[in-house]
Amino acid sequence: MDFSDSPEEAAFRAKAREWLDANATLRDGSEKVQDHFMARDADEVARARDWQARKAEAGWAGLTWPRAFGGRGATPIEQVIWNQEEGRYAVPPNAFLIGIGLVGPTVMIHGTEDQKTAILPRALTGENIWCQLFSEPAAGSDLAGIRTRARRDGNDWVISGQKVWTSGAHYSSHGILLARTDPSVPKHKGMTMFLVDMSDPAIETRPIRQISGGASFNEVFIDDLRVPDSARLGGESEGWKVALTTLMNERFSISVGRASGGARAEELIDLAARVERNGRPAIEDGEARARIADFIARQRGLEFTSYRVMTSLSRGEAPGEEGSIGKLLLGKLRQEMGAFGMELAGTAAGVSTAAGDDTARWRNEYLTAPGNRVAGGSDEIQRTIIGERILGLPPEIRVDKNVPFSEL
Amino acid sequence: MNFGFSEEQDTIRETLARMLGDHATLEVAHNRLDSGEGFDTATWSALAEGGWLGLAMSEEEGGSGMGAVELAILAEEIGRCLAAVPFIPVLCMAVPALQSAGTDDQRKSLLPGIAEGRTIIATALAEGGGLAPDTVSAKVTRDRLSGQKTPVTFGAEATHALVAATDEEGTPRLYLADLSASGVTTRALDPVDRTRPAAEIVFDNTPVELLPGSDPAAIKRLLDGAAVLAAFEQIGLAERVLALTTAYARERHAFGRPIGGFQAVKHRLADMFAKIELARSNAFFGAWALASGDNRLPEAAAVARLTALDAVQFATEESIQLHGGVGFTWAANPHLFLRRGWQLKAELGPTAIWRERLLGHLADAPRTAS
Repeated sequence: MDFSDSPEEAAFRAKAREWLDANATLRDGSEKVQDHFMARDADEVARARDWQARKAEAGWAGLTWPRAFGGRGATPIEQVIWNQEEGRYAVPPNAFLIGIGLVGPTVMIHGTEDQKTAILPRALTGENIWCQLFSEPAAGSDLAGIRTRARRDGNDWVISGQKVWTSGAHYSSHGILLARTDPSVPKHKGMTMFLVDMSDPAIETRPIRQISGGASFNEVFIDDLRVPDSARLGGESEGWKVALTTLMNERFSISVGRASGGARAEELIDLAARVERNGRPAIEDGEARARIADFIARQRGLEFTSYRVMTSLSRGEAPGEEGSIGKLLLGKLRQEMGAFGMELAGTAAGVSTAAGDDTARWRNEYLTAPGNRVAGGSDEIQRTIIGERILGLPPEIRVDKNVPFSEL
Repeated sequence: MNFGFSEEQDTIRETLARMLGDHATLEVAHNRLDSGEGFDTATWSALAEGGWLGLAMSEEEGGSGMGAVELAILAEEIGRCLAAVPFIPVLCMAVPALQSAGTDDQRKSLLPGIAEGRTIIATALAEGGGLAPDTVSAKVTRDRLSGQKTPVTFGAEATHALVAATDEEGTPRLYLADLSASGVTTRALDPVDRTRPAAEIVFDNTPVELLPGSDPAAIKRLLDGAAVLAAFEQIGLAERVLALTTAYARERHAFGRPIGGFQAVKHRLADMFAKIELARSNAFFGAWALASGDNRLPEAAAVARLTALDAVQFATEESIQLHGGVGFTWAANPHLFLRRGWQLKAELGPTAIWRERLLGHLADAPRTAS
């Protein structure tokens, strides 16, 4: 057990720092409050693309991708080290998490040689931006219930339906789309995965505004979108298998992301030292102290949990049981910390007096946290997964499991 | 960075789990609770024979020269089987106290006996509901100790005590008392877990020996180390209670299916799992900080203890609930874990103390300094 950098890791960190110093400026705390989880507008997308291209050229993009696909062949821990270091600099928001973290690894496993050649290099440099067209109005937690249909027409497929909660669809050039191709079989069996061009006029994207005020995700309407069979990723009716690869990589990306970044519970110490509660500094108030101490303990636990996941991955093991708890606990912790940060303002709780002040920051934390509790599998689904896959409890009764989709 | 155990360490765990599983069964725990017999001397002797009590002593000291991570593994396995042994006071407090603050003579005279299981050193750091170095009223004048320490876990079974008392200048230090010496009166108390006996010890002009390297900072460091290792014992305990509750939820049928199939039950068990794993992650960092002497130990110990306390309390209380009426009975297993959990909480101090230690370290010290 060793928490410090190994000599190789220290060398990697030094190299990363050297490059970042030469190519970016350190954060100075004046950065805007982020009420969105990815790039916000065309200007941010352009800056993000430029930054990604520079990283790709210098070999800092797609760190964990194999060298054969243009990556660096780095370990998951090196990815965390990079994220820690990059997080210290004022760099544009990342618009490429889905392309590099989810789509790339899925294409590497299930794609044809042509698909690999066409997709991977452009995802790496940021030339193409990818979104994940999975969830639908009637299929979120129960993803296998999707209704978007793809019908064969000669050598083409014609796709129609609606997707929702699609992060970044409004600025993405491409999408990975799960569609139903055979409704005559049970729901998990009749799906196929496609790679689509978001600029096709048959696709209409409408941003959805979140409770935080930002608009990171979208509804996507697909009306008779025609794609060639070469746009199919993986076998016909093997869409669920392909989707599981994508989802597994999504969890990995979330784990890596969590190890680096987000509001720190210690920031509440600074805030509590600056405001009063019941006539004295809030940091001297017993209840405030208890809450802050517990937040710090939980946040440290989550941070170290992601290091445990990284250790398993770096040893070439599947992420162990510990990986499943991070996502379950993070959203709720952020929500509680946000609420407490607002409460520290007393009768002014939630009232921001200047853009980017403490209240604005914690309010934003509070209003974005519900997204963490739902996206990528809701808290409820995570508990069911832990209960069934880890603890071996009897599965939920699934009345639709063996029934043809068309008869549901 | 490597945040896992090595293969050798995994082997140590398997060996310990097998050995402890043979001796410290839940049946033994029930019998001890019924009879009020405390110290499980059979398991302690088995640990001594296996060389485990000298785990963290150097070969010179009569041990096997392993470290904090191996101690953590032993702690977890002891917690898992509810062994009624003085692991925390003897191996996590007395041994490191002698190693870091004692004299060569003290080490030579006591460590071999500890490794052989003959010498039991209880930790007498508590009094008045508080913990040294913050709460100390016992005093030493001219190498004679007077004062009352309570509760002292295994106080009636121990051969010696490591006592916190103020020296002639009023500074809290650590002293060694031979409990067979004059002026020692021991009275057994009634702890929530009778398999972990506690006593009140009154010292009246008792001859003691100072551990010369001990001062308030050293006492805090010892407590931090013990808290990390206790977190592993707590995690082992919580994990066992989760396992037996999960097994019950799979077997017990209601409304035509196992109750573990209902989300109200399944999700509660998932929450237990999550709290335990969160505590384990913090404990891992604590074990590393302890083993490597990292200066983040105070913080690591506090977060490990806070999350372990939470995991144990939640898991043991909900285990009783999920067992239904059976869980409320004396004959069922869950209350054994609840009782031990409380005892482990009391010995190194509950949540309130460790929240303050954490904030004292992260918030107050930096503020005072600036």
